[in-house]
Amino acid sequence: MPKTMFEKIWDTHLVAEPEGEPAILYIDLHLVHEVTSPQAFEGLRLTGRKVRRPDLTISTVDHNVPTDETRTEVIKDPIARQQVEALRQNCTDFGVTLYDVDSSAQGIVHVIGPEQGYTQPGMTIVCGDSHTSTHGAFGSLAFGIGTSEVEHVLATQTLRQRTPKTMEVRFNGELPVGVSAKDMILATIGQMGTAGGTGHVIEYTGEAIRDLNMEGRMTICNMTIEGGARAGMIAPDDTTFKWMRGRKFVPQGDDFDAAAAEWSQIVTDDGAEYDTLVEIDCESLEPFISWGTNPGQVARVSESVPGPDDFDDPAEQESAERALEYMALDAGTAMQDIRLDRVFIGSCTNARLEDLRAAASIIQGKRVAEGVRAQVMPGSTLTKWAAEKEGISEIFKDAGFEWRESGCSMCLGMNPDILVPGERCASTSNRNFEGRQGKGGRTHLVSPEMAAAAAIAGHFVDVRDWD
Amino acid sequence: MEKFTRLTGRVAPLNRANVDTDQIIPKQFLKRIERTGFGEFAFFDWRYLEDGVPNPDFILNEARYQGASILVAGRNFGSGSSREHAPWALNEMGFRAIIAPSFADIFRNNCMQNGMVPIVLSQNQVDHIMGNALKGVGYEVTVDLEAQTVSDAEGFSASFEFDSFRRNSLMKGLDDIGITLQNSDAIDEFESARAARW
Repeated sequence: MPKTMFEKIWDTHLVAEPEGEPAILYIDLHLVHEVTSPQAFEGLRLTGRKVRRPDLTISTVDHNVPTDETRTEVIKDPIARQQVEALRQNCTDFGVTLYDVDSSAQGIVHVIGPEQGYTQPGMTIVCGDSHTSTHGAFGSLAFGIGTSEVEHVLATQTLRQRTPKTMEVRFNGELPVGVSAKDMILATIGQMGTAGGTGHVIEYTGEAIRDLNMEGRMTICNMTIEGGARAGMIAPDDTTFKWMRGRKFVPQGDDFDAAAAEWSQIVTDDGAEYDTLVEIDCESLEPFISWGTNPGQVARVSESVPGPDDFDDPAEQESAERALEYMALDAGTAMQDIRLDRVFIGSCTNARLEDLRAAASIIQGKRVAEGVRAQVMPGSTLTKWAAEKEGISEIFKDAGFEWRESGCSMCLGMNPDILVPGERCASTSNRNFEGRQGKGGRTHLVSPEMAAAAAIAGHFVDVRDWD
Repeated sequence: MEKFTRLTGRVAPLNRANVDTDQIIPKQFLKRIERTGFGEFAFFDWRYLEDGVPNPDFILNEARYQGASILVAGRNFGSGSSREHAPWALNEMGFRAIIAPSFADIFRNNCMQNGMVPIVLSQNQVDHIMGNALKGVGYEVTVDLEAQTVSDAEGFSASFEFDSFRRNSLMKGLDDIGITLQNSDAIDEFESARAARW
């Protein structure tokens, strides 16, 4: 019987299906960070358990680490420091590899997994972070889990799961020039809503997906959770293999070719069926900007801020009303008239080398608008170094951007990088929830190109008209 | 894990859709390395004014909802971040059951790992409970996990679906790890086969 990519990976990772219980699924790669793991390690200590497979467990510090250069000496926030120190101790005690703040492999966990070659097609990958869906861009089954589940994976290298439903999100047609992967996923969430994918694993298909580079595919899979689905996947192909070849932890030389031949088989068979289909018309897409306080509240760059009356559903109306109040926006305001105080280029959604290149191409030879503070936090230390080597960092700095160290940073504001109340930010991150980037802060989600152009103009502009 | 079989408790209404885990427990409180100490920070940005005084306009601060153990909320409750700190915070705030038309997947899972019961009812049934909680003082419902029903003293009764495995774990207070480790042989076998393949 023809199978979807999800079903193939699921079936080959089934350890057991005890009668009436959720399946026991084997986990190939467990990524760990400082914020959602301390209680899990403590649980192991209390029960006298070990980490079953430290060799399949990788950790780094990303969520709360500062992005200034002094961080390798001391993390000033004592509570953040304690959390980082707890991870160090736990990794030592339990024999887990840690890419610490002074390591070249340090970075946002969903950036370094692929970058180092840990992330590979056909794998099951989990992490105590909802954006673990990112790794699905390589044709793996990857999803976020809570801390109790982190402990479960540490102790057993497995997870209890009921079989999810499958959804195909099919992008029809070619993507217009000036429209990016970020716009594709914002449009998708806008169309299906923030709960549209609940209970599903999504596979993204269509020519526009095949045409994307790996960074774009990661952006799309990354935001899968914003549409309610825990995992998003894209079939591996030559683009995938080319991107992976030569990375540190992938098979090398002839072994890689053999692996790639095997990985090529992990794609959905002709005639396999998904439970749900969502179709997106690529040719009508434009750059998107979020106007509200959830990632489904988005508008096209050519549109205006909607009002509660533009929605049929009472809950959506109420949600829009609250969002407009929080965001201090009037219905009917042109999206391009929204002025900004801050610009953040970073996060596991959009802080890879290609993202930085795309943003840099927009700002070359230009200056950040007066009154706008613009920052770049590369997704990993290696990304930062690569960008410095090819001169991208100079383009940002010449334009007046701050060029910082890597980490989650202002995507969630656990470190000192936060908005102050009332500040409005164009952000390449993934969530525009109330207070996400700082209490009272107002977040607009956009692509790196749109964020870069907004930094120069001081308000949103249509990158399709940019010269 | 604390057992959950049957609970009669006061209902607190949070009549909003898409309440995300960033609202339930804002990021500045995620730095603790314990499972406790989050309750006082639940809904922090909504619950307190600038100077740390309780916000009188936030519904859960009203005197009539103090001591509530059942939260009724709008759809897609618990969306966003995987932080288990969210159910920890709600639990410490006193909530053992949450009733909504739908939940985000990770949050729902996280609740059930902590002796808490996320209950999906229809929008109409949620509206009924929400309405009663909003208009009255001391409105109570009974959540019976064994019978899989929510009922009140005025004759309202609704049944709900619940995963049989999770229901059993909650009723007996069982943690997953112990149950999974009963399958240690299967894991060993899987790993041997996997090692030969990799």
